[in-house]
Amino acid sequence: MDWHQLWEIVSAPDNVPIVALLFFVPFYAWYGFRQARENDRLIGQLEADPQLAKTHHRKIFPWKPGWTKEVHTWPYLMRIEFLAAIIVTVLLIVWSLTLNAPLEELANPNLTMNPAKAPWYFLGLQEMLVYFDPWIAGVVMPSLIIVGLMVIPYIDVNPLGAGYYTWKQRKFSIATFAFGFIVLWLVMVVIGTFIRGPGWMWFWPGQTWDPSKVVFEPNRDLPDIFHITSMLGKGIFGAVAMGIYTMAAWYGIHKLITATPFNRKIYARMSFIQYITMQTFLVLMLLLPIKILIRHLFRIKYIWITPWFNV
Amino acid sequence: MARAGSAGKAGESMADEPSTNGEKKGLAALVEEAREDAKVLKEKAKEEVETLKQPQKTQLYKSIFRVKHDDSERSRALGVLSNVFFHLHPAKINRDAVRYAYTWGMGGITFYLFLVLTLTGVLLMFYYHPTKGQAYRDIIYLMNDVPFGRLLRNMHRWAAHLMVIAVWLHMFRVFLTGSYKKPREFNWCVGVVLLVLTLLLSFTGYLLPDDQLGFWAVTVGTNMANATPILGAGGPFGMQLGLTNYNDVRFALLGGSIVDANALLRAYIWHCLAIPIIASVLMGLHFWRVRKDGGISGPAPVMLESEIKPERKI
Ligand code: HEM
Repeated sequence: MDWHQLWEIVSAPDNVPIVALLFFVPFYAWYGFRQARENDRLIGQLEADPQLAKTHHRKIFPWKPGWTKEVHTWPYLMRIEFLAAIIVTVLLIVWSLTLNAPLEELANPNLTMNPAKAPWYFLGLQEMLVYFDPWIAGVVMPSLIIVGLMVIPYIDVNPLGAGYYTWKQRKFSIATFAFGFIVLWLVMVVIGTFIRGPGWMWFWPGQTWDPSKVVFEPNRDLPDIFHITSMLGKGIFGAVAMGIYTMAAWYGIHKLITATPFNRKIYARMSFIQYITMQTFLVLMLLLPIKILIRHLFRIKYIWITPWFNV
Repeated sequence: MARAGSAGKAGESMADEPSTNGEKKGLAALVEEAREDAKVLKEKAKEEVETLKQPQKTQLYKSIFRVKHDDSERSRALGVLSNVFFHLHPAKINRDAVRYAYTWGMGGITFYLFLVLTLTGVLLMFYYHPTKGQAYRDIIYLMNDVPFGRLLRNMHRWAAHLMVIAVWLHMFRVFLTGSYKKPREFNWCVGVVLLVLTLLLSFTGYLLPDDQLGFWAVTVGTNMANATPILGAGGPFGMQLGLTNYNDVRFALLGGSIVDANALLRAYIWHCLAIPIIASVLMGLHFWRVRKDGGISGPAPVMLESEIKPERKI
């Protein structure tokens, strides 16, 4: 156990935000889900008792007859905003007094940094370089993430859960988003920051970052396993393999979004275009964990090989 | 009154009388007059000092703030509505929407951090030249010689990191509360663009110290652009379309084939000028839409499955 190495990584000034993230994200996830649970309990109560549903104010917050529905922004909201501004300012000043922003040597194109890392918030994408070619990890994926985020409001046809925390009424969408945000984005950022050392090698926390470490990873491509050697054969085989994956993933996702009566009710509200769009993005998103898995389980690098690009 | 008029006349003639009598009496009268004037002045001054205790009543104050600042309902509402900085808020909001538990204050904190970054960023610009060689020296100078320079640089750096975290958490809570649903779909999209701009702001700033960290981070980042399909020399179909390292999209971003002086200048202009302006405009749009979409989405009364209305077909 190399404590010094561990401390060096965790306390590197530019890594402190991720240490903060490790605290903030679980906290706020818990904070949100706690309210979701309370709301779900209330929803259960109201569903069981239609009479109560007619009279209840339907919030988990206290309410008394005679209370006004609205309050003045000044002071009730603005005092919180000013307080938040003061707290953030104090935090920022303390942080800035105690920790110096890093400044390395003067830029030198002839002296490669090892590891050369992107800023921490892009390390998820850099980590994807292990599994995908740069044009996918660096260009296609960010574009898909941006467009994918933007289509969310237009494909989520579930009218429930607008304006309050809930889990029961939006299981599928929340699970999908949490998986994308936490597993596929944040966990990758954490891996890229704390685990990846020189040569983008995997170092467990506490392991010494040894720049001369070499790991022999016999990477194969999927066509190799089937002894396909000709370029044309590989191209056709890859297209077929991707086709099979797409169909399987499509089918699995379809099963999932029509699994319960409630899911089917929501599904029935979807237009054809909404359905196709959602399936496309989910199938592509699912490709990430699948490729990560087959890489680690079977040491397979590429599925589809063509003279122009590899997937 | 007629009597008062005649009495006045009489008094006048009485006062006139001594003045015709001699110099001495005239002097006494002058002194008396001056004393009288002084007394009036003193009264006035006293009165004005009194009003100073209530600055809200002064012309100066009224000209600036326009409305009273007392505890009445009307003044509270007007205080918000008639102030250009506060009028982003409505006068009144849902009583539960002020709870921290609902929004986590993350949108507001993101915006506040943007303001902090603008302020510290402008101050940094006074000490920074976006030229090779000078840039790195400016940072050293800033850290060691400029009064509070180190604090300034640290605050700018850490506020940038915090803003990235805050904007992610803001998005997370907007998702968890389903706040992107009708009628807020478009504002969610504006938000996504703001998210990208926040990351790009941070990224372009990373290069500016011109040190190894920034250089290699931006090299790694822009090498991705080189791999863009169709637009990058190293990407699929790039070579077939006649792209080289000297005419592809990375070249356009860097103003060269490697990260050098042109890249530094371009990063500087994106970072200090272009992206902040675009982001400010979009933030204005974002806040305006929050209001126009009916204010903050909740905490709304929960809806039950049995209450789902049949969807309306177009
Ligand atoms: C520079 C970045 C951003 C700033 C300064 C900002 C600021 C704000 C503020 C102050 C609010 C009011 C409510 C609150 O504080 O939560 C708000 C609401 C909202 N934001 Fe953002 N935001 C940013 C980025 C985003 C992003 C990345 C998204 C989503 C992808 C987003 C989507 C929304 C939506 C949908 C609302 C309405 C929420 C509701 O009505 O409950 N914003 N934003």
